[in-house]
Amino acid sequence: MEAKGTVFKYGDNVDTDVIIPARYLNSSDPAELATHCMEDIDKTFIDKVKKGDLIVAEKNFGCGSSREHAPIAIKAAGVSCVIAETFARIFYRNAINIGLPIIECKEASEKIQAGDSVSVNFDTGVITNETRGESYQGQAFPEFMQKIIKAEGLVNYINAK
Amino acid sequence: MGMTMTQKILAAHAGLPQVQAGQLIEADLDLVLGNDITSPVAIKEMEKMNTKGVFNKDKIALVPDHFVPNKDIKSAEHCKCVREFAIRNEITNYFEVGQMGIEHALLPEQGLTVAGDVIIGADSHTCTYGALGAFSTGVGSTDMAAGMATGKAWFKVPSAIKFVLTGKPAKWVSGKDIILHIIGMIGVDGALYKSMEFVGDGIEHLTMDDRFTIANMAIEAGGKNGIFPVDDLAIAYMKEHSKRSFTVYEADADAQYDETYTIDLATLKPTVAFPHLPENTRTIDEVGDVKIDQVVIGSCTNGRMEDMRIAAEILKGRKVAKGIRCIVIPATQKIYLECLEKGYLKTFVEAGAVVSTPTCGPCLGGYMGVMAAGERCVSTTNRNFVGRMGHTESEVYLASPAVAAASAVTGKISCPCELAD
Repeated sequence: MEAKGTVFKYGDNVDTDVIIPARYLNSSDPAELATHCMEDIDKTFIDKVKKGDLIVAEKNFGCGSSREHAPIAIKAAGVSCVIAETFARIFYRNAINIGLPIIECKEASEKIQAGDSVSVNFDTGVITNETRGESYQGQAFPEFMQKIIKAEGLVNYINAK
Repeated sequence: MGMTMTQKILAAHAGLPQVQAGQLIEADLDLVLGNDITSPVAIKEMEKMNTKGVFNKDKIALVPDHFVPNKDIKSAEHCKCVREFAIRNEITNYFEVGQMGIEHALLPEQGLTVAGDVIIGADSHTCTYGALGAFSTGVGSTDMAAGMATGKAWFKVPSAIKFVLTGKPAKWVSGKDIILHIIGMIGVDGALYKSMEFVGDGIEHLTMDDRFTIANMAIEAGGKNGIFPVDDLAIAYMKEHSKRSFTVYEADADAQYDETYTIDLATLKPTVAFPHLPENTRTIDEVGDVKIDQVVIGSCTNGRMEDMRIAAEILKGRKVAKGIRCIVIPATQKIYLECLEKGYLKTFVEAGAVVSTPTCGPCLGGYMGVMAAGERCVSTTNRNFVGRMGHTESEVYLASPAVAAASAVTGKISCPCELAD
């Protein structure tokens, strides 16, 4: 499994309120949520993002509320992977459970810049920055998490068991 | 190797004699919680599962509290989805408008959470029940769906940070000031993936409401859970509110902690978190002149009886400053009724505040107190992120009910000690 695309870059503590503001939580439709993805931190994100693009951020990405609408909005916006130095724990669980690939890597978080072309190999955890000719070793998923992501989420994984 | 309090609870619920930090386990759940924002997503996911229904109709709590009474048509559809699911599955603990309250104030009050439980809730502030010595943690909707269907959840066993609380807090220093102080000290990711275990003789000076507030905001330091030892006060609370039996777990003497902090509560001052992170704390004497437009007193963090009492004592015989909107939200119907009986509602209204039915509304910028660009609010809620209470150019200052009520009177962030008699 691999993700490949152009990077949108953000800083520390990107919270779930800026990923999907609560004023839109009266909907649970992924396509509708996606139209407001990142709206309170980057109003241009949704106009620029293309299928396969990546989000790279620094510490504690996804902190705040437990709203699964946050990873749902990111996934529905077409993002193929989120890389961060660390993730807030509920966001981490939610991303795995809905099948949005995420990976922790301090070096990638520091060196990757907005607009870089980046690919991620989920089996090995290797992140390749094609723009800068660099690669970084991210934390590969434990096997059972890879299975959940491959099944496109916990529900399919449970059903398949 | 010894186990922390959290690890002991998790081991018992996984049927294991011993667990250690980092281990992946599957644990039995005593309660699965959801609200009107997260449950519709969970219900949709559960319907995709090959299951016959919920694992136990008595061990699920559904509390519409975020956007109720329904704020718009879409919210009404969400609430209808939750209501119909509750009826279809004969969920015992579904709380309709009129019985409901803000979930994390309501469930302990209803006796649904007790010491030794493992609880997941599709709301990040589910960590509140650690005040009673339970392991409780926030999850998303898919985890809630799997929990409702199977009665189980997977966890990575957390390591822990120990907070030794000593001494007696000064007047006007509450649970909110203690937890804001801690978040200011360790940062919004200071306890990421970890348990926050509170111990020490200072705990005896904290009311149950103080402890609920502290455990409630463990998530604002990134914590997986916050937990208190079970003392006589906690036991008395559970006996008053619950018919359920409970199990008291204690950390082993040789339990391992990643870090230990000792905090002398007597040295703390009223504390305010400035925009736009709960870690941006200043003590009240460092605040300076911050003029405000709105005050919110309520939420799962500070909408309990003790919070209402403190706000009423400060507002009694005083007036909300001209031009300030002061919104008071007792967290449950029971608290609302007690405020009525004690005369607090009269005090609030005579002071020029409005009193709302229980709702999470303003805390997350949903309704009932959304702010315009450039406006500032002193709020007893738990988050002050960009856009949290409305416009991205509005500002939220987190504080205790005492500071919030005093600020309503003066129109700027103030200590109650500054008010004239």
